[in-house]
Amino acid sequence: MAAHKGYFGEFGGQFLPEILHATITGLEQVFETAKHDPGFWKEYETLMQNYSCRPTPLTFAENLTKYFNGAQIWVKREDLNHTGSHKLNNVMGQGLLVKRMKKTRVIAETGAGQHGVATATMAAKFGFECTIYMGEVDVLRQRPNVFWMERLGATVVPVKTGSRILKDAINEALRDWVGNMDTTHYVLGTACGAHPFPEMVTWFQSIVGIETKKQILEATGKLPDRVYACVGGGSNAMGIFSGFLKDTAVECVGIEAGGRGIATGEHATRLASPDASIGVSQGYKTFFLQDDDGQMKETHSVAAGLDYVGVSPILSHLKETGRVRFESATDAEVITALSLAVKKEGLIPALESSHAFAGAFREVSQMAPEQIIIINQSGRGDKDIFTIADALHDPKWRDYIKDKAGEYNAS
Amino acid sequence: MLRDYIEKKRVEKKILIMTHIVIGAPDLETSYQTVKAMVEAGVDIMELQIPFSEPVADGPVILAANQTALDRKVTVGQCIDFAERVAKEFPVPFLFMSYYNIVFKYGVNKFAEMMSAKGLKGAIVPDLPHEEAAQYLAAMKKYHLDPIFLYAPTTSDSRMKEISSHASGFIYCVARKGVTGVDTSFSSDLDEYLQRAHTSTDLPLALGFGVQEKADVDFLKGKADIAIIGTQSLRVLAEKGVAGVKKFIAGMQ
Ligand SMILES: Cc1ncc(COP(=O)(O)O)c(C=O)c1O
Repeated sequence: MAAHKGYFGEFGGQFLPEILHATITGLEQVFETAKHDPGFWKEYETLMQNYSCRPTPLTFAENLTKYFNGAQIWVKREDLNHTGSHKLNNVMGQGLLVKRMKKTRVIAETGAGQHGVATATMAAKFGFECTIYMGEVDVLRQRPNVFWMERLGATVVPVKTGSRILKDAINEALRDWVGNMDTTHYVLGTACGAHPFPEMVTWFQSIVGIETKKQILEATGKLPDRVYACVGGGSNAMGIFSGFLKDTAVECVGIEAGGRGIATGEHATRLASPDASIGVSQGYKTFFLQDDDGQMKETHSVAAGLDYVGVSPILSHLKETGRVRFESATDAEVITALSLAVKKEGLIPALESSHAFAGAFREVSQMAPEQIIIINQSGRGDKDIFTIADALHDPKWRDYIKDKAGEYNAS
Repeated sequence: MLRDYIEKKRVEKKILIMTHIVIGAPDLETSYQTVKAMVEAGVDIMELQIPFSEPVADGPVILAANQTALDRKVTVGQCIDFAERVAKEFPVPFLFMSYYNIVFKYGVNKFAEMMSAKGLKGAIVPDLPHEEAAQYLAAMKKYHLDPIFLYAPTTSDSRMKEISSHASGFIYCVARKGVTGVDTSFSSDLDEYLQRAHTSTDLPLALGFGVQEKADVDFLKGKADIAIIGTQSLRVLAEKGVAGVKKFIAGMQ
């Protein structure tokens, strides 16, 4: 049999129960039609300009550049999107498709909560019903996002099965979908899952890469030497990389979650460690962190949005072809990088995005001053205030929370 | 092959019963006793699920059973030993059911070879559509095993024909949308769907998802060849133990 559609090298595919076949085929058709309709992309761009500050700036990080005394550091500001991350790009795009499909309800998984907030926001704007599945562990560590999802009118379902994180939330969303696909679209949040999701999410996120390329050429007259992005499922990385993949002189570097260190086994590094192997789960074939029997392992990262067993099949393919280089950064390196970005530049990257900063900071000093690097700041760190304050052992924050708890207890 | 077995059995029985267990839930010994009880109660075919960490097509009850087995560190190797033992001891055909990653990691060809060597008759892999199954289909054919494929109410007539052309043994008709373990309404909609299924294939039809009581089995007589009892026997096992399961299955006949 010839290679089926939706493959990138040997990765990707469409491994879904028969009950979803008609639905996913319908989605494929709507996506194909939109892709070939120039009016659709225009509508999407206009929406993003009016609703989400696009094009987002490309900021020259002058102080960090001086500090490291290597290549020039530029930062793509996806943190300035409405709702605070690149996740909104994908969600608004899929929202337009939901309108075309005349569905009335959306569901989504979320890890960090960013994709959940983005989906709930889109649902509020477009008038869709909305249910968000979120691992119980993530509900606990991302309360501010849960608060906003609920304010936005979404039902947040804490998922208590499996390891109670992102992959388990995806399973629950799939279970909802197989029962309700007539009215419901599953807004997958990253460039993973069954075809056409990896390609479709990448397409919506490519708005990041298209803008970045134009901006760096306008600002410097040159292409960058390296582009850094953090890699959870791979959507922000695919978004910015897709602007440069054809320019072979530009090196693309994906930074995965090194957690407590590769040697400890407590990480979510699929492509930059030997710990993952090829498997098929959640609708697609890619590298998974799994045991010899094929059971998925528990992963760990300080950044909930990177805490995932699989990775975009497109990135697995780009790793195999050598077009993208993959590295990992540990929780500790990430906290250090985040503090530096805040202090030197007044930028507040999300913990996920701080992985890209950490990966870049490790290498930038060894580069020459005429060289250029771009870091994709996929989101802003305000949402992580509890985790970051803990990691920094901030005593005043601790006192504040204690006082606040005292107030609640007294009332 | 399964088809001959089913057709022969159907001469004496209006409808056959297929049951499902998750190997190792709540533990391997109970699984063994459950198989024994089911066979003694007159089951015709059995589906042995190898637990997987991401069982996306299963509802809360079977999902929890998968998790229990994995929490107890049940391995694929133990599941194979278990299957070999019951296939040797009991005179009904056994099928493996699992998700594709288990088969893929084991090695597709090796998995089929192993099934044949251990006396299994076929497999049900709900997240492997035929479009992705070239290697699996070749391996199953090589070892004279039946690849069981699924129909859903959302499957079009033309797609049913296409699926049937790759399947053997029987067709597993999923009764409704949704995951396992939710109620199904046994009504005229189901009649119409089974009629469509019959028209599309000359393979026997099995109906599963939501079969819970004798009335459901009776409803299916003359419409399907096999009634599949999955979640409900797990519920009975949890509430009434192995003896309860035996009585429950016997009561379905
Ligand atoms: C700010 C931010 N960056 C990155 C990610 C990781 O996702 P992806 O790899 O799809 O960009 C997330 C996920 O929640 C996120 O919130």
